[in-house]
Amino acid sequence: MTLARSLEFMRDTSAMSWNLIVPVLLVAGMAMIFSGPGQPLFKAAVIAPVGATLDAKLHPFLATPHVQFYAETSVAEALPKVQRHRIDMLLDLTTTPGKYWINEESPKGTTLERVLAGTPGPRLERETASGEQIRYVDWVVPGVLGMNIMFSCLFGIGYVIVRYRKSGYLKRLNATPIRAIEFICAQLLSRLALIMLITVAVYIGTNLVLHFRMEGSYFNLFLIALVGAIAMIAMGLTIAARVTSEELAGGLLNVISSPMMVVSGVFFSMDGSPKILQMAAKIFPLTHMLDAARAVMLDGAGFTQIAPQLAILGAMAVGFLAIGASLFKWTQD
Amino acid sequence: MSDILAVRNLRKNFPKVQAVDGVSFEVTEGSCFGLLGPNGAGKSTTVEMLEGILQPSSGEILYRGEPLGPRYRERVGIQFQTTALQDFLTVKENLRFFRALYEQGPSIEELVEICHLGEFMDRDSRKLSGGQRQRLLLAIALVNDPDLIFLDEPTTGLDPQARRNFWELVQSIKARGKTIVLTTHYMEEAYLLCDEIAIMDHGHIIARGTPKRLLAEHFNDSVLEIPLAELNGHAAMLGFTAHGEAAELMTADVNGSVRKLLDAGVSLAQLKIRPRTLEDLFIRLTGREMRA
Repeated sequence: MTLARSLEFMRDTSAMSWNLIVPVLLVAGMAMIFSGPGQPLFKAAVIAPVGATLDAKLHPFLATPHVQFYAETSVAEALPKVQRHRIDMLLDLTTTPGKYWINEESPKGTTLERVLAGTPGPRLERETASGEQIRYVDWVVPGVLGMNIMFSCLFGIGYVIVRYRKSGYLKRLNATPIRAIEFICAQLLSRLALIMLITVAVYIGTNLVLHFRMEGSYFNLFLIALVGAIAMIAMGLTIAARVTSEELAGGLLNVISSPMMVVSGVFFSMDGSPKILQMAAKIFPLTHMLDAARAVMLDGAGFTQIAPQLAILGAMAVGFLAIGASLFKWTQD
Repeated sequence: MSDILAVRNLRKNFPKVQAVDGVSFEVTEGSCFGLLGPNGAGKSTTVEMLEGILQPSSGEILYRGEPLGPRYRERVGIQFQTTALQDFLTVKENLRFFRALYEQGPSIEELVEICHLGEFMDRDSRKLSGGQRQRLLLAIALVNDPDLIFLDEPTTGLDPQARRNFWELVQSIKARGKTIVLTTHYMEEAYLLCDEIAIMDHGHIIARGTPKRLLAEHFNDSVLEIPLAELNGHAAMLGFTAHGEAAELMTADVNGSVRKLLDAGVSLAQLKIRPRTLEDLFIRLTGREMRA
């Protein structure tokens, strides 16, 4: 049985090659994300005088190990990141005395404050972040809801299409007058209705327990989820457009979903990470969906503010649908 | 009757094999046309091209004198050898789904009556027996009231009773004036249902005509069958050929052969005398060797 299954797997050239390629891609991806000396435990933004480098000469605290210090240009721009748990601390070293901000709801922020207190050097003044403190849960809820939408869209569609193709169901449909784009749109609508229902139910259910922050319009949030889900379903359809092996489909879907989950900012912010990674994150629909959802939920952003993300998600949806429909294959041959 | 389908010099090349190599035939409207052949003969590829699912490498297929156009799929019904349906859908839901894909066709009730599906309309289609499932698939092939119906080995795997029930169903559909193109491995099925047959091998049609005419053309003898043990070791002397535990003699002079058996003291209690069948013709034309 073991031998038979191994032979079956090895002779499925698409699945076999994919299983060889995926580890290489994963190693390359992880190396890119986590390269450099050890991963920092804390992330702190520093507003430094023009031309200064972020080292112990500027302030001894900047030599603290396991803290990633990166430059920001203004308090106004960086402070919301403290409030939204994207960074653990903000230091302004352009004033005398210098100042620092933390989010009192952030365990990492308060820990870092104790480290700062024990560091020799010029004393820094503690400032309170104006406005309501945002809990980590407020920040992470859009990420988790978005991640759920992503998995449901990609795997719910991708696997089903491949199974339909393998079982010959698509071949049967091909004998009817239905066109590829009609079939694809039907799959999209069915999955979309399901996802929206589930997402609304999960939102209501978790909000009853966690009472998370919602500053903006529910309609705008629904619109973001709707357009984002369409973009991700279309992405799943494109992946499944020609694939005939469930193993290959699984590999492809994992190779898309895993980095998307990491770099789109589901659980932690990409602030301070290499610019190239931040740019790469923009190719994923989840990044735009989460940016817009957090803007609505945490900052009360209106339609105009989220319009760019909606436009990008819409363009992705149309693009993926067009590619999926043109590549779509009914049979295994 | 006019031809509903005309096939001219049809060819299909795959990267390593020429599956169909210059096939030509016509199908008369209202008839049942049988396409027979051993595995790998090219009949499934031919049928898939006729169904409009596979593009021919060259050649021509004419439906009512016109090349297959976008409306062709509205006018044909197809029952594949194996067809998966959506999981968890009942018979009624499957019929409604496929019916909705076409502009015209009979009502669901009519289809249920034609294909005798009334008893299990609310049953999950995965829980149907082989015969019930084939009747459902036939009903699905009829949802658009097609002029031309393709049945690809529809009774493979069915028990003899279910097979005979299915034959009756096909005959009743043919009686409604529908044209049927049937592929089958069962020669009895082809003989019973088909007005005309074509036997394919190695991508070519090697014989074509009505079953009776083909038999008359290829045979003028009958077959004597008897258990080998009954011949008391005289099989070769009496002209019989052994096939396992049985022995066969093909002869045009049945009376003379029986007389020889009696003279040799062979008991005739288990002797069978039968006319030639399509199976004999099939074996003669395609050989006895194992096929893939």
